[in-house]
Amino acid sequence: MTAITEFTPRPRYRFLLDRAELLGPLFIAPAILYVLVLVALPFFLAIYYSISAFTIFDPSYRFVGAKNFFDVIQSEVFQRTLINTFIFTIGAQIIGLLLGKFAAMLLMQDFPGRGLARALVVLPWAVPVSLATLAWQWMFDSLYSVINWTLIAIGLVNAEHPPQWLGQQDLAMIAVTVVHAWRLFPFGVVIFIAGFTSVPKDVLDAATVDGAGFWRRNYQIILPIIAPIVVIALIFGTVFTFTDLSVVYLLTKGGPINATQVLGSLAFQVGILSGDVAHGAVICLFLFPFLLIAVVFMLRALRRREI
Amino acid sequence: MASVSTIDIRKQFGEVTAVDGVSLEARDGEFMVLLGPSGCGKTTLLRIIAGLEKATSGEVRIGGHVVNDLPPRARGVAMVFQSYGLYPHLTVWNNIAFPLRTQGTSREQISRKVEWASRLLGIDHLAHRRPRQLSGGERQRVALARALVREPTVFLLDEPLSNLDAKLRASARSELKGFQRTVRTATIYVTHDQVEAMGMGDRIAVMDHGRVRQVGSPIEIYEYPADEFVASFLGTPPMNLIERDGGSLGFRPEHFLPKELLNGFEVQEFQFRVDRMEYLGSERILYGALDGRAAKREVTAKLPAHLALDGISAGAWHPFAVRERELRYFDREGRQTLNR
Repeated sequence: MTAITEFTPRPRYRFLLDRAELLGPLFIAPAILYVLVLVALPFFLAIYYSISAFTIFDPSYRFVGAKNFFDVIQSEVFQRTLINTFIFTIGAQIIGLLLGKFAAMLLMQDFPGRGLARALVVLPWAVPVSLATLAWQWMFDSLYSVINWTLIAIGLVNAEHPPQWLGQQDLAMIAVTVVHAWRLFPFGVVIFIAGFTSVPKDVLDAATVDGAGFWRRNYQIILPIIAPIVVIALIFGTVFTFTDLSVVYLLTKGGPINATQVLGSLAFQVGILSGDVAHGAVICLFLFPFLLIAVVFMLRALRRREI
Repeated sequence: MASVSTIDIRKQFGEVTAVDGVSLEARDGEFMVLLGPSGCGKTTLLRIIAGLEKATSGEVRIGGHVVNDLPPRARGVAMVFQSYGLYPHLTVWNNIAFPLRTQGTSREQISRKVEWASRLLGIDHLAHRRPRQLSGGERQRVALARALVREPTVFLLDEPLSNLDAKLRASARSELKGFQRTVRTATIYVTHDQVEAMGMGDRIAVMDHGRVRQVGSPIEIYEYPADEFVASFLGTPPMNLIERDGGSLGFRPEHFLPKELLNGFEVQEFQFRVDRMEYLGSERILYGALDGRAAKREVTAKLPAHLALDGISAGAWHPFAVRERELRYFDREGRQTLNR
């Protein structure tokens, strides 16, 4: 028999990392720091700017009260921008998620090349937005538009006066919404595929035996079951779209004559490009109440799903 | 009310043959059990009868009509699934009402039938709950009520008791059997549990590798197994099979007794070496081997626990015997024969 080695206590500090009360704060600290420095600080700074007369030409913190807010609300450009933002957000959600659902239903079927099709569908996500928008810009181009070429070829539009997608106010709004919907589409597909695969097979079989046809199965069984996931996707997409300026900025720069301006792009133009930080901050803060409502809904939907 | 039959049903999944030429009939009002190990094709066969799966070849007949090309909803079948398949977003009431709604039944008739079915199964007080608020046994009853409410021509049950705990399973078994007696609808019940099969089935079809090995009443299946598979699938422990010129000899452990207990009967005698013993409360299982040719196979004996085991000890040889009438003979292919 071998002798049992004698137990010698090791120095205490060697076990410091075994202690949850030390390790916990250590690990959570970066996250808290991040939230404080990069989320909370800019937010309070924005509130502060919005009630001051801060511009990059006159960086003074002179207090002006609610004046900036009245200026912005009364501005016609802002009113138009607010309406645009809603059209842009809601339109892109409807188109993106609806097409996403249909595509997901198709991609759930078994067919040769399904893997490739699924990979292609996710592509708009993987392409940098600037590159993708450039491609769309060519498709909407006044002279070389492949969309117009197609429409002329099938005789839907007059070759003499083809639609100027980025030059006419209504069409430009449709164009930016469609491009953004195209960016949301893969997200919709992924969410719906995840939802469809989460529905238990027994439930679908039971519905089939119980006499439910395609429509009833889809809209009375599957959709209600995956509703919580879809709601989360919807709110997520809404927040993502509401705060986004990339498509608008890259495609139209908010034009023509502010016809496609959204809150993000207007704030960027006023606050950064024109240097009027105070008014830019006010425009940004208009996002806040809407986002707050969205986040409350999102958290509620999440909680309902947990039960 | 009607009978259900399958005629030479075959089902291929790619290279794999899941069901290999099954012809079966569940008569009107009969409780038919499909029994077999997992992967033997019994669930696939049930799904083919329901119309959820298309047979590669063969015919399904319900009430004498070929229903191969009818969708599930037109077959008049009701099915209860292993995990019940309740609609999680609907209340119990709406779950039960769902199959009626799809048929366009009138509102008052729906509420009358839902109430009738839920009262029959004792779940009328749960009407407004959702499936996740129910216990396993309650879920199973809701699934049954949903199957019952449309008054189907045939019930298809796919291991409906396997998600219940052992105690509940015993009571659910007798309830289910009683329920079937009341509604008198042809029922096909899939299980891998021989106790369920023996306890509930009017007839049992034992399946293995996509084929039916034997169809018969529980007594026939147990007493006269058609082949070695059936003999060794049923019974705990299963039938002893020992080699004998060109075939095998079988006898149930409970018929393998100390010789002195069988004085005065026509018996066949064996020398039995007891290796170990298990005491199970109501009975004692003895594991060991026989002398001679069959020494390699383990042989078991099942004795009532109250029997005094005078002189029987592990490691020693004892004279054991089986009554001649309890011996079964199997030929070279494993099929039961009458000639010895």
